[in-house]
Amino acid sequence: MKQVVAVLTVIAAIVALWYGSCVPMNIKGVLTELERGGAEVQPPSAKERRDMSEIGLTLNNSFAIPATWAQDRPRLPAPHQVAVELWETTILKKITSKRSLIYHAWVTLSATMLGFAIGTGLGILLAVGIVHSRVMDLSVMPWAIVSQTIPIIALAPMIIVVLYSVGIQGIIPKAVISAYLSFFPVVVGMVKGLRSPDAMQLDLLQTYSATKGQGFWKLRLPASMPYLFTSLKIGIAASLVGAIVGELPTGAVAGLGARLLAGSYYGQTVQIWSALFAAAILAACLVGVLSVLERNILRRMGMAQ
Amino acid sequence: MILVFCAFGVWILGWWLNSRLASGPYADTRVVRFLAPMIFGATVILIWELLVNGLEVSLVILPAPSVIWDRFWDSLPILWADFVQTIIKGAFSGYIIGCGAAFLMAIAVDRWDFLRLGLLPVGNFVAALPIVGTAPILVMWFGFDWHSKAAVVVVMVFFPMLVNTVAGLREATTMQRDLMETYAASYWQSFLKLRLPAAMPFIFNGLKISTTLALIGAIVAEFFGSPTLGMGFRISTSVGQLSLDMVWAEIVVAALAGTAFYGLVAMIEKAVTFWHPSQRG
Repeated sequence: MKQVVAVLTVIAAIVALWYGSCVPMNIKGVLTELERGGAEVQPPSAKERRDMSEIGLTLNNSFAIPATWAQDRPRLPAPHQVAVELWETTILKKITSKRSLIYHAWVTLSATMLGFAIGTGLGILLAVGIVHSRVMDLSVMPWAIVSQTIPIIALAPMIIVVLYSVGIQGIIPKAVISAYLSFFPVVVGMVKGLRSPDAMQLDLLQTYSATKGQGFWKLRLPASMPYLFTSLKIGIAASLVGAIVGELPTGAVAGLGARLLAGSYYGQTVQIWSALFAAAILAACLVGVLSVLERNILRRMGMAQ
Repeated sequence: MILVFCAFGVWILGWWLNSRLASGPYADTRVVRFLAPMIFGATVILIWELLVNGLEVSLVILPAPSVIWDRFWDSLPILWADFVQTIIKGAFSGYIIGCGAAFLMAIAVDRWDFLRLGLLPVGNFVAALPIVGTAPILVMWFGFDWHSKAAVVVVMVFFPMLVNTVAGLREATTMQRDLMETYAASYWQSFLKLRLPAAMPFIFNGLKISTTLALIGAIVAEFFGSPTLGMGFRISTSVGQLSLDMVWAEIVVAALAGTAFYGLVAMIEKAVTFWHPSQRG
């Protein structure tokens, strides 16, 4: 209960801060618009206003404050403007419409899911290989660790263009980027997980004269589940970032990344913010689904804390 | 065709060498631990070179390592200018501001229980979001130069750093805190002498996660607009001109910078947290 109150207070403070910063961020544009509309503005000339601080302008023209929350193309849109835009482009639009955020979110989500599935599958396979083969452990594992310190997302524009030039386009290039972004976290987490059974447990299986395969299916794989879910959550967030970034460099026409890019080209700030929130909600849902899965599966396996 | 068979031969040779090393008597020595990944890396590069030449892969699909190497040395001044613009000015300044702000915020969060209860779930939530998406907004606010890139980096590193530091500051056990109490230590004394040192492994974990995030933020933010230099700018324009050797040269720089940055933080960690079990033995 106390926690709920605290979280709500923090969120309320953030929203209040947001409304508050809308005023100085937007005041100059608002005053210019009002002056064109014939209103009295202090000071009257645009040149003087440019040299004044935003706070000073607000104090001189306090009547203009409500207008800063209702601009068409504000530098910082007010929370309710973003909420209205989100509502209009999700619930009120048909999902087949090019302006529906659900349509754009689906384009991004499908690439994310495909890439995530490929990346996770390959990652688990490589981890199994690393755990069972000393050669692979020695030669591949250091590279998998080093690769986490490299901004591999820089490869994204190239992958798109190269795949395009060999005739592959659409969902696949984005999925490839998503796949390699989720690949390495899964490898590292899964290797840790498959190694987590301690010597005592491995010895016990030996006394049962269990084969290597039995040891894998009955001990190592179940023991790795908590680690797997932790890295899956990191991986799916990375996949989503990959799919969004994959839409940027080629000027894709559909997807949340394309929505961000189009918004920044045409100065449609409300559109950028609503795309950003859509991406955030999508990420939260994906991580949330994985958390629910994790809790249920771990409880079934008797591992939940 | 001969080159393709050579590539195959190199693969078998590399595999054989590494399996000899791995099952040999020196498998656990430091030399082998260093040598095996090096052999693997060299094998991959050799195979890449041989296959690209043997199959005559076009330069606009995949340039050979030797071509990339030549391009790297030929355009060192450009690469250096891009490195300074993106890594030193954008990523580094943003990293310092973001991690510093998160550290101060974490102290405040740790001090007031109400803030911890309220801010931590929000921070955990935000840390999982695709924050790179704020790049177009911040570029619009702070202009095309490195200031906007630093701003993106600040936003990206803030929450992971905050969550880690707060977790670290709660690491000291009740027993240890009670001991400080019996010494009549003030809040700041117990903070500086007990809780901050105990938090160091967590703080450095946050700092290490943030190094990669900082580079990603600085490079991706340049896709939304930049002056005519910078690594993200160079990558996106070179891709447009299909000069992929330049793109790969930039990726080499990004990889080196990322590894060096991480290595630097890891080295400082080793010096600061020498007492921690993970640093011994």
